[in-house]
Amino acid sequence: MSVGKNEPRRDGPAKLTGRALYLDDVNIPGCWHGVTVRSTVPHGKIKSISYDPSFPWDECVIVTAKDIPGKNLVALIEADQPLLADGIVRHREEAIVLIAHADRATAYEAAKRVKIEYEPLPPVFDMEKADKVFKSFLIQRGDLDAGFADADIVVEGEYRTPSQEQAYIENNAIAAYEEDGVLIVTGSLQCPYYVLKAMKQIFNRDESRIRIIQTVTGGGFGGKEEYPSMLAGHAALLALKAGRPVKIVYDRHEDMAATTKRHPEIVRHRTGLTKDGRLLAQDIEVIMDGGAYATLSAVVLSRGTLHAAGVYECPNVRVRSKVVMTHTPPNGAFRGFGAPQTLFAVELHWERIADALHIDSLTLRRKNIFKLGSTTATGQHLLESVGAQECLEKTVKSSQYVSKRKEYDRWNKNPKNPTWKGIGLSVCHHGAGFTGSGEVYLASRAGIALTSKGELVVLAASTEIGQGTNTMFAQVAADALGAPASWFTVETPDTHKVPDSGPTVASRTCMVVGGLVSRATKELKRAFEAEYGRVPKTPADLKKAAFVLCKGAPARRFEVQYEKPPEVTWDDATYRGDAYGVYSYAAIAVDLEIDRLTYEVRVNKVTTAQDIGKAINPLLAEGQIIGGSTQGLGWALLEEPIFKDGVMINSTFTNYVIPTSLDTPPFEVILVEKPYSRGPFGAKGVGELPMDIPGPAVAAAVKHATGRLIPTLPHTPERIAKAQP
Amino acid sequence: MIKLTVNGKKKSFKGAPFTRLIDALREDFALTGTKEGCGEGECGACTVLLDGKPVNSCLIPVIQADGHRLETVESMGTPEKLSKLQSGFLACGGAQCGICTPGMLMTAHAHLKGGGKRDDKSVRTALAGNLCRCTGYQDIVKSVIKAAKGAK
Amino acid sequence: MRGDAKSMTVLSPRTAAEALKSYAKAPHALPLAGGTDLMVGWNMGQLNGRAVLDLSRVSEWRKIKVVSDGVDLGALVTHAEIQAHPILRKRFPLLVAACATVGAAQIQNRGTIGGNIANASPAGDTFPALAVYEATVRVVGPNGRRAVPMSEIFAGVKKTTLMKGELIEAVFLPFPDKTPTRGVFRKVGTRAAQAISKTMFAGLIWNGKDGVLEGVRLSFGSLAPTVRRLYAAEAFLKGRRLNDTTINAAAELLTNDVSPIDDIRSTREYRLVVSRNILTAFLKGELK
Repeated sequence: MSVGKNEPRRDGPAKLTGRALYLDDVNIPGCWHGVTVRSTVPHGKIKSISYDPSFPWDECVIVTAKDIPGKNLVALIEADQPLLADGIVRHREEAIVLIAHADRATAYEAAKRVKIEYEPLPPVFDMEKADKVFKSFLIQRGDLDAGFADADIVVEGEYRTPSQEQAYIENNAIAAYEEDGVLIVTGSLQCPYYVLKAMKQIFNRDESRIRIIQTVTGGGFGGKEEYPSMLAGHAALLALKAGRPVKIVYDRHEDMAATTKRHPEIVRHRTGLTKDGRLLAQDIEVIMDGGAYATLSAVVLSRGTLHAAGVYECPNVRVRSKVVMTHTPPNGAFRGFGAPQTLFAVELHWERIADALHIDSLTLRRKNIFKLGSTTATGQHLLESVGAQECLEKTVKSSQYVSKRKEYDRWNKNPKNPTWKGIGLSVCHHGAGFTGSGEVYLASRAGIALTSKGELVVLAASTEIGQGTNTMFAQVAADALGAPASWFTVETPDTHKVPDSGPTVASRTCMVVGGLVSRATKELKRAFEAEYGRVPKTPADLKKAAFVLCKGAPARRFEVQYEKPPEVTWDDATYRGDAYGVYSYAAIAVDLEIDRLTYEVRVNKVTTAQDIGKAINPLLAEGQIIGGSTQGLGWALLEEPIFKDGVMINSTFTNYVIPTSLDTPPFEVILVEKPYSRGPFGAKGVGELPMDIPGPAVAAAVKHATGRLIPTLPHTPERIAKAQP
Repeated sequence: MIKLTVNGKKKSFKGAPFTRLIDALREDFALTGTKEGCGEGECGACTVLLDGKPVNSCLIPVIQADGHRLETVESMGTPEKLSKLQSGFLACGGAQCGICTPGMLMTAHAHLKGGGKRDDKSVRTALAGNLCRCTGYQDIVKSVIKAAKGAK
Repeated sequence: MRGDAKSMTVLSPRTAAEALKSYAKAPHALPLAGGTDLMVGWNMGQLNGRAVLDLSRVSEWRKIKVVSDGVDLGALVTHAEIQAHPILRKRFPLLVAACATVGAAQIQNRGTIGGNIANASPAGDTFPALAVYEATVRVVGPNGRRAVPMSEIFAGVKKTTLMKGELIEAVFLPFPDKTPTRGVFRKVGTRAAQAISKTMFAGLIWNGKDGVLEGVRLSFGSLAPTVRRLYAAEAFLKGRRLNDTTINAAAELLTNDVSPIDDIRSTREYRLVVSRNILTAFLKGELK
């Protein structure tokens, strides 16, 4: 049995010895360096582009929108984002001109010698004043007016969350070249088939003449979900015009300023409850700032909207949400994908309700939390795998939440103490897989190949970006077959070698794609049994069996496609039904201390119980939980992109502050397993779940410590100081 | 001409003296294990040991390394034979995406070799100049402490 | 990475005398010590085509000399070396504490005391400690040597009072006539490590007979274009007893000597509130 064991990370040895090849490590003979000339105004017409005549332009290759053979478009959901600005720019840092040169420094110098004149147009920066709506949703359940009429108390609150930069330590990097008539794109990316789809429209080629290959990727967190499609288009344009390979490797400040970030949000709650704290009515309004182009905003809004009412049952709910356009760099995917923002609001709102009702927020949560059989705001009945209560109770117990609340109240009353102490709680759900009918639309495929030499190769487009994809796939396949995990390798995500398994996002890699791998491997198992008489017992046996099954061909593939479970029904038009196949659940207690002189926060301990269905590899799962929680703590306490005139002005690691080893607390992680019948070995999703709860738990803890509820993030010392009486 | 010792071997650098040490290592000496994450001396992905001390190689012109001793991650084990520290990282989940890992290993190695204390706080302080976005640091600290115990 | 190595002229003197000679011939060359500030700008492509005066081979400037009346730190002594030196740890603990907060290990192994001063950042980590220790910056140039007190070495943001052709050769820390009763260094940064300071304090107190204050030196960094001594508060407190009234009055005088601003890292309001809190706590003996 491999599932449930801490099989060593298979990409570990290469990464640990510096032998893993990230894009900038790959030796591409004759490769030139590409750079990007970007807009210096947030909104304007391009009046002219001129090139300093004293510069040796004949040494360079220059590309503008005119050089695009197909559509000037980064195809995603809406067809609104140009690959290169043509005549008009809609955000600072929008790409206008591309230059390649043999020498990197000269390429950057060339970029400085391009002069662009604009006719500025009025920009919109404030999402509350924006009038262009990319997408909106309405969720309704029950009778909102009746709910409020019956309520003993109505509590209102407004919550704001800022943008957040993914801050993967490897900047975006892509190389492109043509080989034997095939345009090859290779680099740091999460979704090879997204890149392929985008490239087809830009270059008027079909998939036989475009090949996307992922290199070892130094972190993504969503920041490399859709952005690489644009970068791939840029590198390829330069490469095709130059007739040689070109790579574009971003600097840190360019990557931070120009690429996608988390959507900032404003969320308003109006909540009606009985006097003993039962939810009767939730009226929720969500506004998200999408930036200048739609990109993934519709789907971010969708997930945010579907999580906005929280992990609680309420008979009357209305969620009205919209994502709007501002003249800022487009926002995109970042772990959690809209849910951390709306969950921050609904979770922190309990603290306001607790004050109004004089009932503590733990009691209120216990009263309303999802159980087996609960119904969500979209009318989904939670029929299996609901670990919300278990996560909450285990977290409360292990963190000693109840006694610490009292102990810290006593501590805080003593004016001689040098600090305030607080412990805050939060609980959430997180849908695994694509929203609504998304998985049906994706029609993902994955498989396994048996080569005539007896190799077993997992075939999936899911990328290893640190989360442990390759190790997990091997373990799932191993147990599906009944063989050691060491017999399996995982093919490189290369669109000429693996089927389209959909993107590596949305907490779906294990549950959905791992499920496909498991099914395909079971087909292989049946073939072994039918044609060889048994599943091979030794490597020598495997070689013999391979010879039999392959029947003279070099390999035999077993591939399957996603099938929606029949019990999952969803109506896109009314936004009602089973929003996700299943939810993962998590609770967290954040125990912190605030210096009374400087208002600096130190988190002393984090306790978190997370229901992920089944931990295929507990060490890897724990790694996701601690890592995701740390990103959540960064968002809660330290990280804030600061915008001026539509551009991020703190776009360096010096001024955009992410947690160091001294900023992070010890974590106690409790894995809860409420198996999901449709997930491989019961597994649900884990990647994004940990991101949803640190924010509101920190805010609740700060409120406990200081008595002040601060409805925004991050809880910097400046904000905490300002909130004091 | 600039002469330095890299991973025990004598090397000559003939390029521009202001070439950064990280570029000399990665491009001229084909040692791509050392990574660039920020160019500001904040992330530590470029950490190498200069005369046994961790430094950010993205901030050092190679001429300042003339006559000095460099160690990079390539001086540690191989995939077939990992060092004790690398084994600790593998056993305890110290590497996820791996981009911070070479720098992290060099800093940890210098700390342990220099007799640095093995408690949680001391290890975290030693590693404060190496940013990781994937792990949340706990498993990295565990990896270092496990390796330190094994080395005794 | 936008630096162009081929475009740079590098001067690599091996002695102090050579350094001065080279600098006199190329006065627009950028002096380079540990590089932890200069190379950041270079990586952004801001210094292409410049000449650089690489001081790293001037071994005379790497020495720490303990003499009868103090300690002489060569300009190229690193933050790590300062922390390791037993006499500095014993006699100048605030400077040692300050050096421990510079960046992290990698920066401390390269950053130098001379480079820190020459860079003249308003947030220079060593400056408040050097100010209360009344260090002198030993400058050498074409016209000879001079000793510049900490109160006179900075002209403004990123500007020293060094004249053309002058380099810092050392920083002299005089042993105080009497050992301070207590001293504290406190940096409030953007996070727990690798932090730029929002405000930064160094303070020394000498208690006299009957609780009357014999001496006090107070300094803040990051609250003005240059590091500041709180002359008004110091003048007020000397000769008085420390009690709530005198301490609050001294804290009121903070704004006589500092002028914090809103910037990318913090706000004027926060800096003032926190600085007052720190100063008050220090005077009360409650600051660790």
